[in-house]
Amino acid sequence: MRTADVIGNAARNAFRSRLRTTLTVLSLFVGAFTLTLTTALGAGVNEYVATQVATVSTGDALLVAPAVASETTEGPTPFEADGRQQATQPNPLGSGTLLNAADLETMRGLDGVDLVEPVRMITLDWVAADGADEDARFELDINPSSSLGRSDLVAGDQLDNGTDAAQVVLQEDYVAALGFDDAESAIGETVELGYTDAAQAEQTIEAEVAGIARTSLFAAGAGTNESLTDAVTEAQAIPGQPEAYVLAVAHLDGTGPDGAVTDQDVDDVKALLADADLTGQTVEDQLGVIQTVINGIIGVLSAFSVIALLAASFGIVNTLLMSVQERTREIGLMKAMGMSDGRVFSLFSLEAVVIGFLGSAIGAAVAIGLGTVISSALAAGPLADLPGLTILLFDPVNVLLVIVVIMLVAFLSGVLPARRAARQDPIDSLRYE
Amino acid sequence: MTSAPAPGAPPVLSAQALTKTYGTGQSRFDALKGVSIDVHRGESLAIVGKSGSGKSTLMHLLALLDRPTTGAVEIDGEDAASAPAKRINHLRNDRFGFVFQQFFLTAQQSVLENVTLPLLVAGVPPRERARRGMAALDSLGLADKARNRANDLSGGQKQRVVIARALVNEPDVIFADEPTGNLDTATGTQVEDILFGLQRERGITLVVVTHDEDLAERCDRRVTIADGLITDGAGR
Ligand SMILES: Nc1ncnc2c1ncn2[C@@H]1O[C@H](COP(=O)(O)OP(=O)(O)OP(=O)(O)O)[C@@H](O)[C@H]1O
Ligand SMILES: [Mg+2]
Repeated sequence: MRTADVIGNAARNAFRSRLRTTLTVLSLFVGAFTLTLTTALGAGVNEYVATQVATVSTGDALLVAPAVASETTEGPTPFEADGRQQATQPNPLGSGTLLNAADLETMRGLDGVDLVEPVRMITLDWVAADGADEDARFELDINPSSSLGRSDLVAGDQLDNGTDAAQVVLQEDYVAALGFDDAESAIGETVELGYTDAAQAEQTIEAEVAGIARTSLFAAGAGTNESLTDAVTEAQAIPGQPEAYVLAVAHLDGTGPDGAVTDQDVDDVKALLADADLTGQTVEDQLGVIQTVINGIIGVLSAFSVIALLAASFGIVNTLLMSVQERTREIGLMKAMGMSDGRVFSLFSLEAVVIGFLGSAIGAAVAIGLGTVISSALAAGPLADLPGLTILLFDPVNVLLVIVVIMLVAFLSGVLPARRAARQDPIDSLRYE
Repeated sequence: MTSAPAPGAPPVLSAQALTKTYGTGQSRFDALKGVSIDVHRGESLAIVGKSGSGKSTLMHLLALLDRPTTGAVEIDGEDAASAPAKRINHLRNDRFGFVFQQFFLTAQQSVLENVTLPLLVAGVPPRERARRGMAALDSLGLADKARNRANDLSGGQKQRVVIARALVNEPDVIFADEPTGNLDTATGTQVEDILFGLQRERGITLVVVTHDEDLAERCDRRVTIADGLITDGAGR
């Protein structure tokens, strides 16, 4: 029997008992549908996290914070005059303890550390278009790590820390509020920023709009460059209070080709920091935790669809066993006419593969269709605050993989019935009533 | 007969001291107890005997559908026992045609598809299959039924379809197990005429298992089986 005929006959045989095949296909459909959706969800969320990581990471820097104090003795911690200060308010980036000037010096002295920049928290009260009225002022949050990271820009350029000019990167929703026609036309314009200095006096400072950023999960708030940060920090510093920082950024020396920072460099500096009672994390380290959680959730969801597939595979076994039973005589006849065991096996296992293909292809197609609708509905509604997030990302490779895996499962389910058919004795089959 | 066997040519089929035992222990049953038989090219051989005497069993062994417990079967002098499964499959596909006790037609398939099954197994391309299938149906006066579902035919028509299927691969030997068993006398005679016509015109060897005295009478030769042994008629 020619291979083309085997495939053609397997496909036709699958539809001899239409209702039975349809039901089996349906059970596979459920598995394929959910598996396609969960992989798409995983791909969508991880892809989003990855682009977000890119917006905040320069790749060669470590975020350094004091190591979380581990109490070794009972009772109150002894006072040290030149010890670290405790933060008065919790902050999401560092631990409760703040870095002091000595810590910065320690970091600067470590092998492999090129440059250390402390992260300074500044507070701005409002932003307004240049020369605007008092009632056209808007509140503004500053992202403390903005001067080191990169923003996900819709227009303009990243902040320039080398220039003396004060620069800001504003978020998309400020464009219309400040009276600009679009993001593009805001670039290079001057805005007024208001803040309160250490003496509780209101101050204003002018800054140039360097770029307009998309709202992002990890970099919420506006960005300020070094020169602007310096100016505001100076004015807000309380005289006589020692320097204290939530976080510092250590830029590393690379030992790799072209001065690239290798994983080894990062690990070395991390070890040195640990010795100095400090902890260093790359942005990827911090986001890795989030990704682990996401992957865990996706994994559980996928496990459910795998269970559905497992149930479906028993359906295939059952369907094919019935099919083999019904066609006992036909199998006997074909074998009497010289059909080899191998070809009989292929005929039935391919029938299983055809069923698998139908179930998975239809399941994947419906999942893509429905998922695209749901995804765009969510993007317009509940997820509108996270632009750039495609919650269901249908990667062709993943979809194809799902189909191939299910066809493989179907094939494996077909092995038992197909073997039974292949091993049938033609004489017994022909005597079969 | 158009093709009398050439003197000295080996028989198409030759069986020596065949035994066939089914089951073991308590349920052990000797269906054949030492049967030797030669079938010559172009002849028609009737195998007769009571029900359960072992006729079908013998035919299955001669047709290489089953292996004997002891003894040997030779095809044109070639020992079948030592041949690999692939060769046996090929021999059956290429040299033999089968008419079984029941029709064994696939009900949902068309008449043409049923008839061309041996060609499908042989790996003949679809066009060629259809052409040869139509030729076989035509020779049995069923060309107009080619597209019908096999299930929709009458008993006699079904048996003719089965014969068309048996000869579509242009076999040397047709094995027929009770070819007229399911048919009324008139239709039975018609089917007999077709079979003997094939033997006469195409030189096809016939091995016919039957209860029917008249059918056995029309064959060139007959052997009678009783309790797994040849009791009447020369095996060779
Ligand atoms: N697979 C088997 N297992 C056990 N016994 C079997 C088997 N096949 C056949 N037999 C027995 O072997 C004997 C011969 O069977 P066979 O089918 O050759 O008879 P037959 O002469 O063709 O009869 P009929 O004319 O009724 O078709 C019977 O008694 C049958 O019960
Ligand atoms: Mg019989």
